[in-house]
Amino acid sequence: MTAALAIAQLVLLELLRRKDVYVLFFLTGLITLVAGAANIFEDARVVRYVKEICLTLIWISGFVLAVTTAARQLPAERESRTLFTLLAKPVSRWQFLAGKFLGCWLACGVALLFFYAFFGFVAASRERDVDLAGWFQAASLQWFMLAVPIALALAGSLVWAAASSNATLTLVGCFGIWLLGRHLHKVALGLPEPAGTLLTLLYFALPHLELFDVRDLIVHRWPPVPWLVWLGALLYAAAYTGLILNLAWLLFRRRALN
Amino acid sequence: MSEVIQVEELVVTYRDPETRAVRTAVDRLTLAVQAGEVFGFLGPNGAGKTSTMNVLLGFTPAQGGAARIFGVDVREPIARQRIGYLPELTYYYKFLTAEELLRAYGRIFGLGDAEIRARTAELLALVELESARHRLIRTYSKGMQQRLGLAQALLNQPDLLILDEPTSGLDPLGRMKVREIILRQRAAGKTVFFSSHELGEVESVCDRVAILHQGKLRALGTVAEVSQGDAGRLEQAFLRIIGWENPAVAAAK
Repeated sequence: MTAALAIAQLVLLELLRRKDVYVLFFLTGLITLVAGAANIFEDARVVRYVKEICLTLIWISGFVLAVTTAARQLPAERESRTLFTLLAKPVSRWQFLAGKFLGCWLACGVALLFFYAFFGFVAASRERDVDLAGWFQAASLQWFMLAVPIALALAGSLVWAAASSNATLTLVGCFGIWLLGRHLHKVALGLPEPAGTLLTLLYFALPHLELFDVRDLIVHRWPPVPWLVWLGALLYAAAYTGLILNLAWLLFRRRALN
Repeated sequence: MSEVIQVEELVVTYRDPETRAVRTAVDRLTLAVQAGEVFGFLGPNGAGKTSTMNVLLGFTPAQGGAARIFGVDVREPIARQRIGYLPELTYYYKFLTAEELLRAYGRIFGLGDAEIRARTAELLALVELESARHRLIRTYSKGMQQRLGLAQALLNQPDLLILDEPTSGLDPLGRMKVREIILRQRAAGKTVFFSSHELGEVESVCDRVAILHQGKLRALGTVAEVSQGDAGRLEQAFLRIIGWENPAVAAAK
């Protein structure tokens, strides 16, 4: 576990020292700030639209950060040959993958903390009260959800040599699941066999990322979801992440590194 | 004397990416390295030296045979707990400083913070990188990166040092430093296993050598034994063993 934590720390340090990551922070913060200024018209609908835009931006930024960071890990290590010096130490392939996953996931957690804190500060400056439970659920659910695209991108880097291809495919896949996943079984009903059955199987096999999208709690100031449901969602994300990482390990464990 | 490295009937094959033909890089190699000796692993380019090292370090699976380090199968990560490895091409995380790199590797070895600090100070002094310890590795020259490579290879006070062409690209001062470290390891009873094209270096430090050619072991023994028929000249013996013939001599025939 120490080795995995040490590798996770390397991922975090690299991200902190990469200047391009701060561009994402800056853009998201700037747009949030500008959008927050729209509240001067005291129109509740406008406020809701602005919140929706900012939260959508946070979701998109989260996806982009998670996938691009994870997709880059293995190819960068292989290209720079740091992979060999690292795996010449008493590090198992599983610890390597776990460390990379942990580092990417923690980095996303820090980023989401910044995004939600900043957006929360802007929102709180305009509204009389902020439902902390709802905000906490929204942020934590998004964080746990991001574990799935991170694991997918790490697994993808073992299949596709180019980080850009892997990132693009993973992002397209994740956006597709987020936006369209909930409708697959309805589409399946209208299809002839065996396509209908296959699409239904796909519907049940896919990790339903849209389940973690509780932006409406913040936008419409709805009460938080029951905490047992919240916990169940976290476990659902953990289960899918574990499954994908295990598949990635099976691909990686006997692979020649050179 | 116990065997630190045991290689038995090792077979390593690759599939050529263009022709898809299977190429045998290491062909039933058997050798053993004893504790406390400096062992030179020689051969022309493509002989199978790097493939053998890759198996020992767990980078590549073998298609046949077995390899063990300190009696542990090389596929187990714990086999690498007591080794230090210096790759031929020394690339390290450019976003780290030397101190941060050694700290990260020290944690991977399971060393405590106090021990990491002490070893870092000692090794950076040994390789003369104290003044650059807080600079990012991306600002280092090639020589500095190679010296850092030596430091990270010695971090866990390894009982076995595996060096892949350790003097490649080094200036005479750098080569002397590497030679000193090899001899110091031997004096401390540690084992050194290294591949090299610098036969002069090999002659001056090695207890035994193995010469590979086309994946097969062609010679194994002390430098004197291997070069017995060549007036004690290792280079001559090397060329004879790999089947090189002087073009002038070949033409005269």
